[in-house]
Amino acid sequence: MDGEQFNQMMLGAGPGTGADVAPGMLPNLSRRGFIKVAGGAAGGLVLGLSLGVPGDAQAQSGPPPRPFVPGAFVRIAPDGKITLISKNPEIGQGIKTGFGVILAEELDAKWSDVTVAQAEVNAAVYGMQIAGGSMSTPLAWDELRHAGAGARAMLVAAAAQQWGVPVSELATSESTVIHAASGRKASYGSLATAAAALPVPDIRSLKLKARKDYKLIGQRFTGVDNPAIVTGKPLFALDVQLPGMRYASIEKCPSVGGKAKSFNADEIKRLPGIIDAFIIEGTPPVADVMKTGVLPGVAIIGKNTWAVLSARKALKVEWDTATASKDSWTGFVQQARALSKKPQGETVVKAKGDVEKALATAKSKTVEAFYQFGFVAHAQLEPQNTVAWFKDGAVELWAPMQLPDAALVGAAAGLPADKVKLNQMRVGGGFGRRLMNDFVCEAAYLSRRVDGPVKVVWTREDDMRHDAYRVGGFMGYRAGIDAQGKLAAFDAHMVTFKDTASGKVSKGGGISPNEFPADYVDDYRASQSFLPLSTPVVWWRAPGSNTMAWVQQSFLHEVAVAAGRDHVEFLVELFGRKSGTGAPTNRGLDPDRAIGVIKLAAEKAGWGKRLPKGHHHGLAFYFSHLGHIAEVAEVSVDASKKVTVHKVTVAADVGPVINLSAAENQCEGSVVDAIGTMALEVTMENGAAQQANFDRYPLPRMAVAPKVETHFVQSDRSPTGLGEPVFPPAVPAICNAIHAATGHRIRTLPITKEGFTLA
Amino acid sequence: MMRLQVNGKDLQLDGVAHDTPLLWVLRDELGLVGTKYGCGIAQCGACTVHLDGQPVRACQIPVSAVAGLKITTVEGLAQGERLSTLQQAWVDHDVAQCGYCQAGQLMSATALLATNPDPTDAQIDEAMAGNICRCGTYGRIKKAIKAAAQTGKGQAGKGQIGKEKA
Repeated sequence: MDGEQFNQMMLGAGPGTGADVAPGMLPNLSRRGFIKVAGGAAGGLVLGLSLGVPGDAQAQSGPPPRPFVPGAFVRIAPDGKITLISKNPEIGQGIKTGFGVILAEELDAKWSDVTVAQAEVNAAVYGMQIAGGSMSTPLAWDELRHAGAGARAMLVAAAAQQWGVPVSELATSESTVIHAASGRKASYGSLATAAAALPVPDIRSLKLKARKDYKLIGQRFTGVDNPAIVTGKPLFALDVQLPGMRYASIEKCPSVGGKAKSFNADEIKRLPGIIDAFIIEGTPPVADVMKTGVLPGVAIIGKNTWAVLSARKALKVEWDTATASKDSWTGFVQQARALSKKPQGETVVKAKGDVEKALATAKSKTVEAFYQFGFVAHAQLEPQNTVAWFKDGAVELWAPMQLPDAALVGAAAGLPADKVKLNQMRVGGGFGRRLMNDFVCEAAYLSRRVDGPVKVVWTREDDMRHDAYRVGGFMGYRAGIDAQGKLAAFDAHMVTFKDTASGKVSKGGGISPNEFPADYVDDYRASQSFLPLSTPVVWWRAPGSNTMAWVQQSFLHEVAVAAGRDHVEFLVELFGRKSGTGAPTNRGLDPDRAIGVIKLAAEKAGWGKRLPKGHHHGLAFYFSHLGHIAEVAEVSVDASKKVTVHKVTVAADVGPVINLSAAENQCEGSVVDAIGTMALEVTMENGAAQQANFDRYPLPRMAVAPKVETHFVQSDRSPTGLGEPVFPPAVPAICNAIHAATGHRIRTLPITKEGFTLA
Repeated sequence: MMRLQVNGKDLQLDGVAHDTPLLWVLRDELGLVGTKYGCGIAQCGACTVHLDGQPVRACQIPVSAVAGLKITTVEGLAQGERLSTLQQAWVDHDVAQCGYCQAGQLMSATALLATNPDPTDAQIDEAMAGNICRCGTYGRIKKAIKAAAQTGKGQAGKGQIGKEKA
């Protein structure tokens, strides 16, 4: 996978409702193709390996009984305990449970026999182990089903051999092989040792279950780590404790990119519990924020967390800000408004027909609007941290990673990737921030300067001041409505950002050539112009889509209102223009799936029906991360502009749902995240973030959470991910409801800029 | 030397600065890492513990102030292997996403039900207002609290929490 493909994956098949999956990103996993991939691509899918390596079974011989290890995903012990391996990071999206369910389904295991374990970080075995782009489920779906089915086939073959009966007479159920004709049964555990000695089945011989035969997939499962979570077991990197461990905290320049010139080292080193303090020069700046290594600052090493945090309060640092960011949000806003009125150096992203002529001759009317949205922080609740231990020429690390990167981390410690052992810990919230490994690099670097293990702890202030944020942006729209009240011409001009470090469009910024409704109107143009950005930005839950959905679906509602049309009818007509053109695979926006969820959400929410006094509905649709999602928000707004979201009805078409409980949880959480984020922003002045903790960045609390009702369209397609796509349409659905309630169109986020607050 | 009573055990502490917040004493000195650090300014509630049954933010309480008080952390909620009613409700309702805030949520919820065994929605909102869940599991937290209040006793966890198909 090259860099551009990776970017496409993070964007979830592009930021637009019309984008296709980048070629090569989502393999069309026919079995033949799958084997080819497995046989050819190093670091790609490893199905051959997952089925082909008996692992421990080869390494040991003779008694005691050997664990049955058909590769990297399934382990069955002679006592019947089944361990299934989840290869990707668990960040709260529920993948550890979901991967276990997929494997157990095809293995035909009894769920209560199953333990799910986190895989080791090992690119040779698992390829890229990533929590990002909502791609874990679609990319692993076939691989995991084959791994489960392959293990099952070996157990069945072992039973057939023992009983002297053909495989075709055997069935399986709940971790047991059954020969109905003779009434014989054998547990998987009792067959495990014999099965391990058998040849690995040809992948083409494996028969996967039909959806109607699923026993586990689609049911509700509680998360496999829940008992450990509710009892406070050490699951997170911040919980790792090692004998003789030291603690480290790093003060960085408030203006991003500044370096420490000097500090009161003698005074700091004399403080109680402090072992050392020194300036970190940092690794050289990089063009790609994802490859950020060690940032400059002042490191303090001490005997416990409080000693180093207290010492930081006594720090007096002289900063060199020559290379630091001078970014100013208020400056950006002024420049963007000017650029929007009079574009300079704009890039046309897509143009067809003659949009200017069409707008000038619009039979009915034209609609114009300018939208603005700020930067926001990831604010995952577990601050950045990592434990590192350098010994015997290698470094071992325990870290909350979304994308383990041994080469990058090793470079920070002056070590090759094969001298880096990464331990994937449960991640206390990701939201994209932990696709970067800067905090892991810091720990690796410090491990060379500290005798014994060291834990790097970021404060919340460090986390918010040195986040790589969600990029802000600005969108100017014009639309022409024809005599029938139909959308006839559409012009979008986005003012977005380019990173000064790379000269490339900032991650999550920009407008895609396929952005909706490019394919749905004849006269269309999308263009963009850029402001230079020094502040780091990176992927943030549903990158691009989380703001594109808001501007686009708010504006289309403006058009529907101007045309005097019902919003549902307006959207159904618009998508209906391309009805029948959807792909049979999960490769892009399918207008009929869009119409399906729009109608489903409207029907389930009671669209057009009487609501309680003062309550109003708003609707939006967005396609991202291969998911077709429509949402209806029921909202009231009081006289002081306090917004209450009472209920959000979600209609989601993401193929068959794996774990219904986790799927609903993602929908509920995404809606709360969307509501909270509507009222939040990070502003920067002179390169420094103005919000550093939850007092000035007030994340949503319980009273804000609405009732969320979720309806899934089930199908025989391959399943797609759900960590991201429910967020984007929630924001415009709520803003459209605010318009219905008040007649006021929210065109600036956060909504506090327009005088609205969350009740 | 300091003496602390944590989860029913008497413990001695040596060489800890008296101004150290209880949070860091629990985590770094006593190895009770269930209590989490989230903000350090009493905004997020991830560090919620009980002092004599009252929920407090352990990031704000210097260890010198807790001598003689009964400290309860999330590790002290279960009776041996038996989960508390609320812990079981958290499992049964599959509350957690990332799980990082849930110890603090459970401590606040436990304190609430101890004083108000049958809270209304508004009372739950108020009692839980000090705890942030970045993943947005509030709806489930509320359901779990209400379920625990209703049953008064936990039901055996089955892992597979329903027969209903999606």
